[in-house]
Amino acid sequence: MPNQSRVLMQGNEAILEGALAAGMRFYAGYPITPSTEIAELAAERLPKVGGRFIQMEDEIASMAAVVGGSLAGVKSMTATSGPGFSLKQENLGYAIHGDIPCVVINVQRMGPSTGLPTSPAQGDMQQARFGSHGDYGIIALTPSSVSEAYYLTIRAFNLSEQFRVPVILLTDEVIGHMREAVSLPDPSELTVAERRKPTAPKGEHKPFAPDAKGVPTLPNFGDGYRFHVTGLIHAEDGFATSNPKLVDQAVRRLTNKITDNIDEIYEAEQREIADADIVVFSYGGTARAARRAVRMAREKGLKVGFYRPITIWPFHDEMVRNAIAGKKAVIIPELNLGQMAREVERVAHGTTTVIPVTKVTGEILTPAEILAAIEEVR
Amino acid sequence: MAIAGKIPTRKYLRQDRLPHIWCPGCGHGIVMQALVRAIHNVGLSQDKTVIVSGIGCSSRASGYMDFDTIHTTHGRALAFATGIKMANPELNVIVMTGDGDASAIGGNHLIHAARRNIGITCICLNNNIYGMTSGQFSPTTPECALATTAPYGVIDPSFDLCKLVQAAGASYVARGTAMQARMLEKYITNALKNDGFSFIEAIDQCPTYFGRKNKLGDAYAMMKRQQETSVSVSKAAAMTPAELEGKQVVGELWNSPRPEYAKSYDQVIAKAQQGGGR
Repeated sequence: MPNQSRVLMQGNEAILEGALAAGMRFYAGYPITPSTEIAELAAERLPKVGGRFIQMEDEIASMAAVVGGSLAGVKSMTATSGPGFSLKQENLGYAIHGDIPCVVINVQRMGPSTGLPTSPAQGDMQQARFGSHGDYGIIALTPSSVSEAYYLTIRAFNLSEQFRVPVILLTDEVIGHMREAVSLPDPSELTVAERRKPTAPKGEHKPFAPDAKGVPTLPNFGDGYRFHVTGLIHAEDGFATSNPKLVDQAVRRLTNKITDNIDEIYEAEQREIADADIVVFSYGGTARAARRAVRMAREKGLKVGFYRPITIWPFHDEMVRNAIAGKKAVIIPELNLGQMAREVERVAHGTTTVIPVTKVTGEILTPAEILAAIEEVR
Repeated sequence: MAIAGKIPTRKYLRQDRLPHIWCPGCGHGIVMQALVRAIHNVGLSQDKTVIVSGIGCSSRASGYMDFDTIHTTHGRALAFATGIKMANPELNVIVMTGDGDASAIGGNHLIHAARRNIGITCICLNNNIYGMTSGQFSPTTPECALATTAPYGVIDPSFDLCKLVQAAGASYVARGTAMQARMLEKYITNALKNDGFSFIEAIDQCPTYFGRKNKLGDAYAMMKRQQETSVSVSKAAAMTPAELEGKQVVGELWNSPRPEYAKSYDQVIAKAQQGGGR
């Protein structure tokens, strides 16, 4: 691979490198374990490429500053973990409602509350989807290797710009702190989505008028369009409305722009599903142990398949339903008490047995534990 | 639009968004006018100026002003504004906030924006009450005053926002009143010229919720009181604390330029690109 350089790096480092490659030039952060390395690296690397870093006074402010930075026309991001992710929810909702692109990294740690700050967990899966108030759609991606953390961070920025929505990189302490070899591509080989600019003249452009995909084209502050952004429900001109018809359109669009474009947004890894009796559904750091468990089961002659959602939100009901249809059971190992198992159960709707394998000890799930669950299905 | 030609500041308002939602007698429109005149005085580019507001009556001002405008979340206007200024330091960033928005829910952001001396002009429209939610006490409601959440009188000492912001590091601090609108315009003009964090406390009146509850009379009576209780900086210097009781010092309270934050970051960029740092 002539145009690639192979380097050993930590997951958090890969995320920052991916962000820089995607064109991120503004970072507002607040220190929190186990995401802090991302802020430290942003502080060091951003000024070298002419970007800007600011350490804000709290998690709420860092989310607000990211939204402001993005509206000023700069690809912006922040990184946090459980407690900080909770604090960011209001301004994250603001970004969703204002169609403001940005990327939020959540290196999940054990909760609830302060929890176990240095231990891995996957306890924010539902918070990433429903953490802010009201109805909306959101995109969340879950890497299961350091290399994938790099590429998914780039994808997170691309999706964020394409659909004008915050994208959550929902990783965990395992991936964040693990070191692996990553093949860094030549930047010219990467696909990087840039922000669309309005084509209608100033004075005529409606900042929140959706295109065919339901995505509006906001100008940047300073472009001369002199438009208004508000957290109040607004019409296509950006100004508040309580007209029931316009309110309904505005709220539904926020969900529909994600669900209507799910095939463009969704990615999953599927292995040996076709002949399988049992499917192991796993994501993020846990998927590494799950993949190993599936291999061990196959070596024992058990017909087990592997389904790994890479895009965790939106949840692709149809693809998951197809993968588990007619199977004896679907096993869902995760470092929480069954947060994604709920989704699979909803899709299975009683047609396939759903077996959650949960762990909330602050330790990772092992292949042996997952294999034991597979072997119990007879 | 014959009038528009006669009033040069009219172009800074979104005529199609008016009339505003403020109550009869509210002081917010006077402060917004003072800001618009100050913007005109300084000659800020309409296309390169961003008005950022929080939540509350005063924060509705952003929607009426013909710039890039953003009505953010409660208390967070300065944090959004900080992101805008840092991401694009060429933009003129002005924050309009209320007393509850700036000093209660947003108090931490106020302190840190001042400490950084980031190039933002922050106008706090202080009417001593949460008006949007109909009359709860704020950190600037005077002690003993009545509010819907203080039916027996407020026991919380009130905040001197100018002292707070000066102590935190703002490079320009002034206080004016809606009654003395031309003075207010002068202070905002100077604030906009200051390259750093400027803070203007604009004392104005809420006859609907603060005035009525506290039997302070109508807007005229409340504004007259603003004038009667105002003491200039020079006059205040010769007065004892006892004499200053119940008065407010108006004027330019602090004007001490120091490096602006986004510009200091330019030096960080230069250092990083020269191979400095760790």
